Parts: sequence; C-alpha cells; structure tokens
Amino acid sequence: MNWGMALPLMVLGSSLIPGLMIFFLSEEHVVARTTLNLASAILKIVLIGGMFWGMLHGYHYESRLALLPGLDLVLRAGPLSMLFVLLSAGLWLVTTVYAIGYLEGSPYRSRFFGFFSLCVTATVGIALAGNLMTFLVFYELLTLCTYPLIVHRGTEVARKAGRTYLIYTISGGALLLLSTVWLYTLAGTLEFTERGFLSGLDTSVHPTLMLIFALLIAGLGVKAALFPLHGWLPLAMVAPAPVSALLHAVAVVKAGAFGIVRVVYDVYGIEFATDLGLTFPLAILAAVTIIYGSLRALFQDELKRRLAFSTVSQVSYIVLGIAVAGPVATIGGLIHLVHQGVQKITLFFCAGNLAETLGIHNISEMNGVGRRMPWTMSAFTIGAFGMIGAPPLAGFFSKWYLGRGALDAGQDWVILILSGSSILNAAYFLPILYIAWFKKPPERWPAERTFGRRETAWALLLPPVVTAIMTLLLGLLASAPFGLLEWARLIVSRGAGQ
Amino acid sequence: MELILEGVPWIVVLIILPLTGGMACFLFPKISKSLGLLTSLAVVACVWGLGWQLIEEGAQRYAIGGWGAPLGIDLYADGLSLVMLAVAALVGLGISVYSSAYFSRDKANHFWPLWLFLCGALNALFLSSDIFNLYVTLELLGLTAVALVALADGAQALISAMRYLLVNLMGSLFYLLGVAFLYHSLGSLDIAILAQRAQPSPAMWAAVGLISTGLLLKTALFPMHFWLPAAHACAPTPVSAVLSALVVKASFYILLRMWLEIFPMVGSSFAQLMGGLGAAAVLWGGVQALRQTRLKMLIAYSTVSQLGYLFLAFPLGMSVAWRGALYMLLSHAVAKAAMFMAAGNILAAGGDDRIADLSSITQRLPLTLTAFSLAGMSIMGLPPSGGFIAKWLLLEASIQSGQWWWGVILLLGGLLAAVYVFKVVGHVFTQAEPKLEARAVPARMEWTALVLALVVIFLGLFASWPLAIMEIGSPFGEGDSG
Amino acid sequence: MSYVYLYALLGVGLFVLGLNALIIHPHMLRKILAVNVMSTGVFLVLVALSSRNEEVLPDPVPHAMVITGIVVSVSATALALILMLKVNRATGKNELPDRGRD
Repeated sequence: MNWGMALPLMVLGSSLIPGLMIFFLSEEHVVARTTLNLASAILKIVLIGGMFWGMLHGYHYESRLALLPGLDLVLRAGPLSMLFVLLSAGLWLVTTVYAIGYLEGSPYRSRFFGFFSLCVTATVGIALAGNLMTFLVFYELLTLCTYPLIVHRGTEVARKAGRTYLIYTISGGALLLLSTVWLYTLAGTLEFTERGFLSGLDTSVHPTLMLIFALLIAGLGVKAALFPLHGWLPLAMVAPAPVSALLHAVAVVKAGAFGIVRVVYDVYGIEFATDLGLTFPLAILAAVTIIYGSLRALFQDELKRRLAFSTVSQVSYIVLGIAVAGPVATIGGLIHLVHQGVQKITLFFCAGNLAETLGIHNISEMNGVGRRMPWTMSAFTIGAFGMIGAPPLAGFFSKWYLGRGALDAGQDWVILILSGSSILNAAYFLPILYIAWFKKPPERWPAERTFGRRETAWALLLPPVVTAIMTLLLGLLASAPFGLLEWARLIVSRGAGQ
Repeated sequence: MELILEGVPWIVVLIILPLTGGMACFLFPKISKSLGLLTSLAVVACVWGLGWQLIEEGAQRYAIGGWGAPLGIDLYADGLSLVMLAVAALVGLGISVYSSAYFSRDKANHFWPLWLFLCGALNALFLSSDIFNLYVTLELLGLTAVALVALADGAQALISAMRYLLVNLMGSLFYLLGVAFLYHSLGSLDIAILAQRAQPSPAMWAAVGLISTGLLLKTALFPMHFWLPAAHACAPTPVSAVLSALVVKASFYILLRMWLEIFPMVGSSFAQLMGGLGAAAVLWGGVQALRQTRLKMLIAYSTVSQLGYLFLAFPLGMSVAWRGALYMLLSHAVAKAAMFMAAGNILAAGGDDRIADLSSITQRLPLTLTAFSLAGMSIMGLPPSGGFIAKWLLLEASIQSGQWWWGVILLLGGLLAAVYVFKVVGHVFTQAEPKLEARAVPARMEWTALVLALVVIFLGLFASWPLAIMEIGSPFGEGDSG
Repeated sequence: MSYVYLYALLGVGLFVLGLNALIIHPHMLRKILAVNVMSTGVFLVLVALSSRNEEVLPDPVPHAMVITGIVVSVSATALALILMLKVNRATGKNELPDRGRD
C-alpha cells in the first residue's frame, strides 16, 4: 500500500473514526468508550512516530484531494508540521487519561469524548495542512468541534461563554476566509512554500498584500488570543478542566499561533515580510499582549482565570519570536510552542485536581494545600517555575533564545519586554506557591472527596506528574543531539518550510 | 447496456414517468405509497441515464412529436439542466422516503398524486427550451405546490396557500405578458432561436422587465418575498422542504436561462439592481430569521436570505460567479430540505416548534439535531460543505471583478446565519430534562434528514464532479474559465 | 394597422386594472376575479399582436397560446374558488387578513 498517501489520512482517521463511533455508544458503556479513547490516542502516537521516522529517512508523505479545480486539500509531513503534531498527539494521550478520570460519573460523556476526538482530528489536520486552504478548512472545523466542549456543562455561564467564543472565532474565520480567497486571486496558489510564494508578485500589489497580512493576523489572532482579540479565552475557562487544559492551553491557541508561523514563513516568507515592514508591528502587538496578559493575571483570584491570562501572555512569546525575524529568535519562539504547551497543561491539570478533589477554585482558598496534595503541588511548582523561566527548566531555554535572538537582530527593546514579563510571571506565580506550601491549611476544604490513602484518583494524578517530568526533561536535555533545539534549528534553517 | 443508455430518449422518460406515476397513484390510492417511492427511485435512475448520455454525446435536443422549432416544441438538456434535474431527483427521493412515514392514510392519498405531478412539472421545466412551454410548466408547478400547501389543516395554512396561489397567478401572468411581447418582437418561442435574434428595442425592454418581475415574484426576491415565510412554515413538513429546496429554484432557473441566453445585451444596471435586491434579501432575511420564535419560520426566513446569494451572481457576471451561484443553489436545496425535515421531526416529537422550548426535546433526537447542525454548516458557509464551496467561488468572483462589496455581503450573511443556526443548536447543550411525553419519531424520518445533511458535506468535499457536469454544453458561454 | 395596437393597449389596460384590483381589495372573490381580468388582458394582447397585414391570415401561434392559457386559467380559477371556500369555512371570513402578522 502506498504509505506516502495513506499515512497522513490514517493519522487523521485514528481519531476521527473512533470519535464517530463513540457518539453512538450509550452512557453506560464505560469500558468500550475508555478502550476506544485510549486505543485511538495510542494508535495516533504510533502512526505519527512512524511518519516521523519515515520523514527522517527521506520518505515523502502527502495526501491530496481535489476540492476545486486548481485547489486541493493537502496533508503533508514536514519538520514544522511534525513538531506541532507530535506535541498535540502526545498531550492528547495524557489529557485523555485525565479526562476519563475527571468526568467520572458526569452526564453526556459519550457526547464529550466524541467531540474531544473530533477536536484532535481538526488539530492534526491543522498541523499537517500543506496549503492555506486545508489550514482554513480544519481551522474552522476546530471552532465547530470545540464549541460543544465549552458548553458541555450546559449552565447559563457555559452557554454565554460559548456564545462569546463563537462570536469571536466565527468573525475571525470570516476574516481568514476573505484573506485566503484574496491571496488566491492574486497569487493563483496557496501551497505552503519555503520562503513563501508571494515575493514574486508585482510591486503594485504590495499595499494590498500588507492589508491582507493585517486581515490574516486578525483572523488568526482571535484563536491565538492576541490583544485585543483575547476576550473569549478567560470566559472559556468555565469548561471542564480537561477542555481548558488541552484546548485552551494547547490546541486552539496553539493553532492560532501555528497559523501565524505558517503565514509569516510559508506564505509570505520571512525576508519578504520584513521587507514589507510587516514584522515590526506584529512584534509590537505581541509585546503588548505579553505585558497585558501578565498584568491582568496579577489581579485574578480565580486560579483558572489567572492561568488563562497567563496563556494570553505566553502564547505571544511565540509570535514575538517569529516577528523579531532572526533565526535565533525564531528558534526560541518554536521551542516555546512546545514548552508552553507542556508547562501550561501541567498547571491546568493541577488546577483541575484542586477543584475536583477539594473544591478549590480560588487562590485565596489554597492555603497550605501543598501538604494535602504534595504531588499535585510539586508538579504545579515545576510548571510555574518553567513559566517564570528558571533554569534548568524548559521555559528558561525559550526565553534565553528569544532574548539572544532579539539582541542579534538588533531589537534590544525586546529584552525589556522579556524581563518585564518574567518579573510579572514571578509576581503572579510565586505568591501561589507561597500560599500553597507555607500557609496553614484551613479546618475544612470547600468540598472534599477522599481517595483512600492517595491524594487523588490515579487518572487525575498521573498526567500532571508526567507532564512535569517532561518539563524537566525538555529543559535538561535541551541541547542533546536529538533534542528540541536541534529540531528547531533544522526548521529555521529550511526557512520553516516543508 | 450502452445501447439502452444511448437509445432511450431519457429526456422524454423523465417527464412522462412522474406524470404517469401521479395518475397511477390517483387511480390506485391503496398502493400509492409504494408507487410513489418506486417512481422517485426510477426518476433518479433516469437522471443517471440522461447524465450518461450527456457525458457521451454532449448536450441533447429533442423535438416533441418530430416537429422541431420554430413551430414545434423542443426539449433541451445540457449541463445546467442536468444539475437541476439531479438535485430535484435526489432531494425528491429523500422527500418521498420521508413522506412515506410522515403522512397518515387519507392525507397520503392526496399527497402522492400531487407530489408526483409536481415532480413531472419540475422535470419538464428544467428540460423545456420553449418559453411558452415554460409558462405551462410554471403554472402546473404552482398549482400543485399550492394544493400541497393546503394539505395542512388549519386556517393559517389555508390562508397562506390562498395568498401563495394569488402570487403565483400574478407572477405567471406577468411572465406571459412578457412572453407575448418577446414573441411579437422576435417571432419565435424557442430559446435558442431567440438567442440568435435578440436585439435591444423598447419591446425587448418591456419583455425583460415583465418576465423578470414575474419570475422574481415567484423566486421571492426581496421585496417580493412577503408570501414565502408563511407558506413555507405552515405547510406540512415535506411540502415545506419541497418549496424551499426546489420550487423557488425553478423560477430562478428560468431567469438564469433567459439571462444567459437572451438578455445579456440588456446592460449592467439591471444586473446591479438585482444584485442590490439580493444583498438586501440576504441581510433582511437574516435579521428576520433571528427574530423568529418558531423554528419553521426561522428556516423559512433563512430561505429568503439564502436566495439573495443567488442574485449576487448577476452583477458579477463571470463564469466563476455563475458556478458559485449554481453550487449555492445545489447546496441550499439539499441543506434546506434536511433542515425542514429536522424541524418536522422536532414538531412530530414535541408537538410544537417553539424555539424557546427546544431544550427539552433535543435530547431525544440526536440524529435529527446532527442533521440540523450539518445542514447549518452549509447555510453558514463553513467548511467542509457545499455552501462553503459556493461562498468561496462567489468571493473569488467578487474580488476578481473588483466589486468587493458583494463579498462583504457574503461574509455578513454568513455571520447572520451563524447567529440563527447556533440559536437553535445551542439548545442541545443545556441542563434541561428530556421531555417525558415525547412521541417517537419514525426512524425513516430521522435518517432521511441525516442522509441529506451528509450529502451536503460530500458536496463540500467532492466539488469537482458537479462543477465539471455543469459545464456540459457550455451554458455559461465560452468565456473565461474563471 | 394602428387599431391593432389599440386592442393591444386595451389588453395592457385590462392587465393594469386587474393588477390594481388584485392588490387593493381584500375580498378573496374580488381577487380571483381580478386575476381573471388580468389574464383576459394578456390574452387580448396576444390575439391583437397576432394579426399581420390584411391579406394574410393572422399568426396562429399566439392563438394556440391563448387557448392553452384559457385552459390553465380555468383550472387555476377552479382551485382558487375551492381554496376560497375552505378558507371561509376555516376562518368564517371572506377576506385575506393583513400580512403584517406572524
């Protein structure tokens, strides 16, 4: 069988088909549903691993479907796509375990896990997209699949959050559609190409291209939570913790950021974008978002909202890395894509544990919780320090490369932004740690559930511990031969192309 | 096998088959359900046969009774007619299956003959090349549609049927007067001959105005849409589906034909007017849909809005624009039929279709709500669906021709659609308890809605085939390929 | 030839009068009558325009159209009358209500 064509489709199918099957399972079939969930997650990782191995050995993977005359749906494996797809698949497995534990006994689980699988399918499609059209299709699909997860609980708050989410994302999608069609009429193609496919166009269309870039960033910036389009993200925290963890720390916001990377590298090309003067405003926007997110985070008492604003801030590091437009800064941005994902998911898992086990939603309720739930809070501590950028954790390396890259590219002001936001990060994370570890615990927790001698259920405990360990490893092994840094260097040296 | 496919005059069979089927259903009411289903299936097979013929031999022309134009009546099939026939056949099959479970015994006896006559009228309309023949088929279509609407009980339905009848008659008479002027100036009734002889003149202008007015009345273009929401909402569900999906499209088809063949030299201001009215329809229909409290009225106003998209192609005038409008027609027909069927299921289960009360009933009908959501995707123009492809093509045309404001209307319409679709879909995700006294909905009705909705998604993934078929016989002229 | 155009104009006049009556009068029977007047107008136009010069017989095609049109008109009127009776039985009134309501 032609693996080159089939493998990308199989990767997509490994979550699509089980997802559709799960919809038809009734609520009581817990074993069947759990098996399907875990089996598809593992299968997906295996298939992606195979694709990765094949790519390293020079195999070419591409699936095409003619959508319109002259325009195809394309799935293609390349260094950048593999980066994102491995991150997504790996974190999905962990989140599936977590979600199974978290939603124990709650209603409509089949519906939840069905849409959960569809979300991952959409994310993988975004990662493997080989042209802007395919990206657009899966991007919009992601919106449609994430909405049911946000409104899953069905409360008024959830439904309102869902409405806001839709308003933002569908408007963003309309802008994205407009710019894609426009680009297609100007350039005649939408295939992601190393160094972009727009530089060859006549200089008379350059102002139009600048306008289109703005529209693209606006459309992608909604999901990437760029200021001022971030408004949906804190509201969406009303969703169950697994949803917040995967989607809003990893899949949805990363899809937006990934899209921006694609646009700057494979549609415009970094040199062309810099020539047009597009990267500097983007860098400013990213910087504003970084500071704004960190400032808002300071004033949140609800734990998940603080983490949400932290996400708003941290995802813009990726955009900043791209916009600074030096190879080193880009490396920093790309590795931060991975690091932020792993660290943030750890933090959300812990927040979910606190809520599920002890009924804690606010930081002010977290006095002394470190003693009650040591493993959870240790994972949280690692994640928090990674966010602040303390060596030898993963986050340190991202910030280091971003800073050095900024200096290399002559954009010294970025250092100010980076240090400023690190201070702010410390300002909103360290107090949490202090409260958790060093304050006296209250008489009674808001709503405690006991799990025997364990601090909480296995399914809830294991995932954050695993991701915290990953944070450590990513930091310690950063410079290793097959480490993340090497990979990022490879991507950048190819112009982040396919 | 090839001999059968090539030898049989599929064009004629397509018209005669539903007519005889209708008469048979009238004469043998006891087996009308089976006869009806069989006829619908046979029509699909005939369209397949015609398609084969068209692909092998190109556009087909058939002279009735052996007397060709200019004195006789010609039947003509090209890619455009084939696409219309295929939609009608496919949606028709879905509606037949749905109706076989929907109607009670005595209503069914009236339904099947009328429905098959409507199918015959539709097929004849799509295959006519003679403008007076088109008048006859239009009238037959209108009369059967009115009778079908009146099948529903209740004063509301009867009033809306009466109004619909009067509007139909008014529209047909405008059309006929225009035909009179057209015949008087150019001396023929055959479209192909008229196309050759067309010259601008006062009589031509009058004819264009009259014919367009009549057809626009029947296609419910804003502001002549006033009769549509009541008629589509109060009719029995399968009839609502037929009306929104097929009947309003028939008059649009005639307008399109006339425009492409006879009226091109009329000039751009009229086209801009139609585009402007279309834009108004998109926005007005969308806003009105939002304000509705009943599901079927919401869907009916959605039809008014979506029909507006079709008219955006007139000012754009490029091949890409026509293909986009046709694809929109195609996708909307299937999606709207699925939507109405879903609404019908909800009505059947819960007893009424008030949107505010949907929460308790939606839990019991997952298949139906899935069908509604998938159809909604096409209405909103989100990928992957036929509506998305159509939106893409129309956007491409509006940017390429520099008339970017139509593109803005397209995007705004999509946003409005998203609001009213999610207004309904949002009711699935509530904490409401499932209603205990819900009636069971026949599986056939739920599955038909779902299958049609899936067809819309397929239209979004495999667009090349319908697009290629549309080009047979070059109905859009030999101009740019888009 | 001008008297031919007089007849045609008369036909258009009937059409317009009928249209006016159709729109204005709420009573259903009057609406149906108005439609019939409109169709008579159209038929008159067709027949009038079918005449050629005096030596030759008039063009038969419009006459065929008129005959077909009359048949259609009769069927449509029959349907309209039955519908009117049904509406009357259902609502007790002879008029179509104002369409502003939902």
